[in-house]
Amino acid sequence: MKIHEYQAKEILARYEIPVTKEVLCYTVAEVKAAAEKLGYPCVVKAQVLTGGRGKAGGVKLARTLADATAAAEAILGMDIKGFIVEKVLVAQGVSFVNEIYAGLTIDRNTKSVVFMASREGGVEIEEVAKDNPDAILKFAIDPDLGITPFVARKIAYALFDDSKLANQAVVMFQKLYQVFLDTDASLVEINPLVITSDGNLLALDGKMTFDDNALFRQPEILALNEPDEDEIKELYAKDKGLSYIRLDGNIGCMVNGAGLAMATMDMIKLYGGEPANFLDIGGSSNPQKVVDAMNLILSDKNVKVVMINIFGGITRCDDVAKGLISALEQIKVKIPIVIRLSGTNSKEGLEILKNANLPIVETMSEAAQMAISLA
Amino acid sequence: MSILVNKNTKLLVQGITGRDGGFHTQKMIDYGTNVVGGVSPGKGGQEVHGVPVFNTVADAVKKTGANTSIIFVPAAYAADAALEASEAGVALVIIISEGVPTLDMVRITPYLKKNGTKLIGANCPGLMSPGEALVGILPVSIFKKGNIGLMSRSGTLTYEMVYQLTSSGLGQSTCVGIGGDPVAGLYYEELLQMFQDDPDTHAIVLMGEIGGDAEERAAEYIRKHVTKPVVSFIAGQTAPPGKRMGHAGAIISSGTGTAAEKIAAFESVGVQVAKQPSEIPGMLKKLLNL
Repeated sequence: MKIHEYQAKEILARYEIPVTKEVLCYTVAEVKAAAEKLGYPCVVKAQVLTGGRGKAGGVKLARTLADATAAAEAILGMDIKGFIVEKVLVAQGVSFVNEIYAGLTIDRNTKSVVFMASREGGVEIEEVAKDNPDAILKFAIDPDLGITPFVARKIAYALFDDSKLANQAVVMFQKLYQVFLDTDASLVEINPLVITSDGNLLALDGKMTFDDNALFRQPEILALNEPDEDEIKELYAKDKGLSYIRLDGNIGCMVNGAGLAMATMDMIKLYGGEPANFLDIGGSSNPQKVVDAMNLILSDKNVKVVMINIFGGITRCDDVAKGLISALEQIKVKIPIVIRLSGTNSKEGLEILKNANLPIVETMSEAAQMAISLA
Repeated sequence: MSILVNKNTKLLVQGITGRDGGFHTQKMIDYGTNVVGGVSPGKGGQEVHGVPVFNTVADAVKKTGANTSIIFVPAAYAADAALEASEAGVALVIIISEGVPTLDMVRITPYLKKNGTKLIGANCPGLMSPGEALVGILPVSIFKKGNIGLMSRSGTLTYEMVYQLTSSGLGQSTCVGIGGDPVAGLYYEELLQMFQDDPDTHAIVLMGEIGGDAEERAAEYIRKHVTKPVVSFIAGQTAPPGKRMGHAGAIISSGTGTAAEKIAAFESVGVQVAKQPSEIPGMLKKLLNL
């Protein structure tokens, strides 16, 4: 789960990590008032749940009230990668001498939290990671010890030559790790962490994402969730025990298991078709799920054909067949359906479908080719 | 032979009184797995499908000599269940439960390592050594005893692959579903070594997936340590970037993770990568001169 910059900085501030003075605004009038209050220069920043807003023109510096007004008018309502900007953050302008990167995430190789730090912070950090990976230092944090003072010092002295700054960083980095643990985060990032002209550390930007598996024990984090249109569909799906991601093609897919669902999409592409979605109906064998899944697929008007690919493990093919029959009774499906059933109880399932006159094929590749020819 | 589970496996089921735990206990017994006990706090003294239930793993191990445990408890309690099994001296723990918080897995890893406990999962279908033992939720009818070792991050994709292998007359030594979570137990490298050391495994199938750099690392490991033929398939070759397709991809290791990079890494060490799972049996037969 993602949250906005202003929300991430609110959490950081709660842990006494210094962040910029700022005000969240929904209207041009609010931006004007905030700019007057904070003084100039100030920065107007789009709050959207996607990256690259700076490059899209969603971050503007204002030196005067007129600047702030113009920035607010330009940014509010702006479309950034399909996200409409509904709120902006007005932050006090800060003069700084250097930009640092500090981030925490999970490293699947060391099976621990890893602290990433770089002297080359700022918007180009992804290019740094690609072109000069050695400039990003990685410190695996021992889960038993946590980020002890000496570990924090190791990171701090790798970033700062000045002991006053290093001392500030030691305290800040330990808190940052605590934030990560306390919130079940999957990413906590300050980029840039700046050294201000008066020699202090300050978080100019903040980013946090969270482990969806742990949201059940993080009610405060969950309350911050702002799903977009596609995510609302995805959440609806999740609520029904399905995993759905909308794509741009015209072949609707219903598959059990994430890996098989991805392989099915690959297969469609391999034969020259375009999948309309990723849809994993999961591992249980409730016929209602098939009904819900069919509804979800058909809610996408681009879909011209539905391809069903089930490999029964826990999922029983006869249950899928029953669900399908019941779905077809409830919903008028006007487009063709291609079905491939295999695995647990496939014989029983195929029998049910044969009686209903539905097209059945034996293998995944046949199903994909038939779906493409019908799309 | 096989790896990890066989006729000597003495299996404990943690969460045996739950719906899934009970159902799959029966399936495993039907297959011939030696299920010696179950654990369900507060239900000690009961029986499930003729298997005695204990309140704690320590109790169960003392009374039954169990050496392997499979965990079906709800995700919020799964990590603790794994610690309990490890503390009681169980050598191999498999977590089937889906949705275990990542930091829970991070926290238990050092303790399991210290105790020498091997872990598979979480969020996995378990493993199967045809003709020896089923320790998981895999559909038994598609398997056939033989000499192909298989490992996969995805459950149903494992089934698809096994089905293709068996249909082509290629049996399996052991099939392991390693799970799709960001932090999981045994991974490609450890399993590659086990298959390399198993005399009854003649070739290895590695079913990979986009995200992370585990396949790239596996390729490097194969170059250094594996002499048996390995073939692979990478799922998600057409997945749009930035979307999490049910399994969690990694955020770290910039510059790795795409299907193209994984395929290149494998091909550079002589591992053939199939465009679709149905090509794999043919590749194997050629490599094994069958």
